[in-house]
Amino acid sequence: MSNSEYLYTRDAYGKTLVELGRADSNVVVLDADLSGSTRTAMFAKEFPDRFFNFGVAEQNMMASAAGLASCGKIVFVSTFAMFATARVLDQIRNSVCYNDCNVKIVATHAGITVGEDGASHQALEDVAFLRAIPGMKIIVPCDAEETKDAVIAAYRNKGPFYIRLGRSKVPVIPDKKEFAVGKAYVIREGEDVAILSCGIMVWEALKAAKILENKNISVTVANIHTIKPVDEGFIVNLAKKHKGLVVCEEHQIIGGLYSAVCEVLSSKYPKKISPVGIQDIFGQSGAPEELMKKYGLSAEAIADKAAGTLQD
Amino acid sequence: MKKKIVQLRKKANKIRRLIIEMLSKAGSGHPGGSLSSTEIVTCLFFEVMRYNSEDPDWPERDRFHLSKGHCCPVIYAALALAGHFDMGKLWNLRKIDSLLQGHPDWRIPGIEVGSGSLGQGLSVALGMGLAGKLDKKDWRVYCLMGDGEIQEGNIWEAAMAAAHFKVDNLCGIVDYNRFQIDGHIEEIMGLEPLVNKWESFGWHTHQCDGHNIEELLEAFAEAKTVKQKPTVIIANTVKGKGVSFMEHVVDFHGRAPNNKEREIALAELEEIEKLMEEKDEQF
Ligand SMILES: Cc1ncc(C[n+]2csc(CCOP(=O)(O)OP(=O)(O)O)c2C)c(N)n1
Repeated sequence: MSNSEYLYTRDAYGKTLVELGRADSNVVVLDADLSGSTRTAMFAKEFPDRFFNFGVAEQNMMASAAGLASCGKIVFVSTFAMFATARVLDQIRNSVCYNDCNVKIVATHAGITVGEDGASHQALEDVAFLRAIPGMKIIVPCDAEETKDAVIAAYRNKGPFYIRLGRSKVPVIPDKKEFAVGKAYVIREGEDVAILSCGIMVWEALKAAKILENKNISVTVANIHTIKPVDEGFIVNLAKKHKGLVVCEEHQIIGGLYSAVCEVLSSKYPKKISPVGIQDIFGQSGAPEELMKKYGLSAEAIADKAAGTLQD
Repeated sequence: MKKKIVQLRKKANKIRRLIIEMLSKAGSGHPGGSLSSTEIVTCLFFEVMRYNSEDPDWPERDRFHLSKGHCCPVIYAALALAGHFDMGKLWNLRKIDSLLQGHPDWRIPGIEVGSGSLGQGLSVALGMGLAGKLDKKDWRVYCLMGDGEIQEGNIWEAAMAAAHFKVDNLCGIVDYNRFQIDGHIEEIMGLEPLVNKWESFGWHTHQCDGHNIEELLEAFAEAKTVKQKPTVIIANTVKGKGVSFMEHVVDFHGRAPNNKEREIALAELEEIEKLMEEKDEQF
């Protein structure tokens, strides 16, 4: 685990886009002046005719995506998560989702680990915004390999998707299972506590499990890469099998994975669940690791929360 | 007058040096558009605007809003030089638990409203202008925008409304440095004919060299005399101005100088300062 390779998920996205572009001439890509950062520039280079840079104009880009999709195109739309969700929420709801358009929003630079740019650029509510919209599917991949799988799955499944990527390089997670939209899986089997995680928090959860192992606490780590539709049966099963449940995400505790898990269990298997996430506050500038610590997202913080679930 | 202009030029040079030092210490941030706006900001903070750094909330102050929030280093330098907070704060830019955030934060003395998400600032400034009119105040509102930024539809909604409401206490400035992140403005999403666009939206327009202090002061003075219309100053600038290897270089939109680059940049700016001193003696 310690010698995992670190890769940018957005590199995987760019490469996969190029492969899809080669395989299907209906694939078109839109960006808003961030094509270098989002890696859509890789697609733009090979398929300049099927790439549209809208400039700094996300609302126009998102509604145009709906128009392109209505004429049979499979549209990938990218910018930073902040500008791919909050800024264009009405366009996503009323033009993209309400018309069940084949639009795949792949956003980069999500979460607190955006770092030094600070609160204005740290998308921590994006999943909450989009989860409330009917028909939207939401995937938060844990690493570069899963990003590739998610992008291909979004291409194959008709309808709107949101794929949430970060800015930093992330380790390749060992022992992943085969990817399918809406199918969560266990990465590490344990008995006492289950940690349900997604995105970069899967790695933190695995580190937390190691810390707890030394304290004789046996931990299950699950990857809930699809936040919507969330794998209800899987979650209920984990709840039944473990005394403690922790949900961790690089997102506000309101409206994201924690909320999704609470919604499932409150009706199907009521149980106490401990959240690790941003506690309803804005972030700030800082180095990504410092911010992870400060806002209680580090492996140590997860381990504390997990140990706590066994005490009460 | 001559003396004042020389002093403002020197102030601008000082601000450029602070921008370079601040960004190299931070290790990330946006030099290109900070350096292109330096004279605009210098004129506003050290000649045109009315404010009291001892009392940043003084109700009679002119309002400044940085719509292109990523260029905050130039504002932080100006605010520090103007005495809003102490210079030492500049060296903690973008660090955890520091005052000076990567994008403007409303808690910083001298910052009215935070920014960072592009395209909203002209509306914010419009709101301030409307409030000033409602309260029959004579203070003015200045709003600095980027040329890439004004591709946002929100800007043009504000432009339409400001003219409609005859908000003549509002002065917008477009830092027309011809570059955005992905490349040259006219290649990514053309703005031309830019002056005609603003005019057709009902604005008084004034074009000038955005690095020429005299021209800028003249533009701001003219804006104050325009009634019944907002004014926009289209300031032609050079992205990365003042540092040879940053000028017109897209890469320096959002990359901080490393130590070596910092040394070269500072040496160049000191050279310019020296030349100014020599010229100064001739007056
Ligand atoms: C709504 C929004 N979209 C995208 C960005 C990311 N972004 C930051 S700066 C920038 C380019 C701005 O170019 P310009 O306004 O010309 O700035 P300048 O050249 O003056 O630095 C972009 C796209 C943002 N901050 N906000």
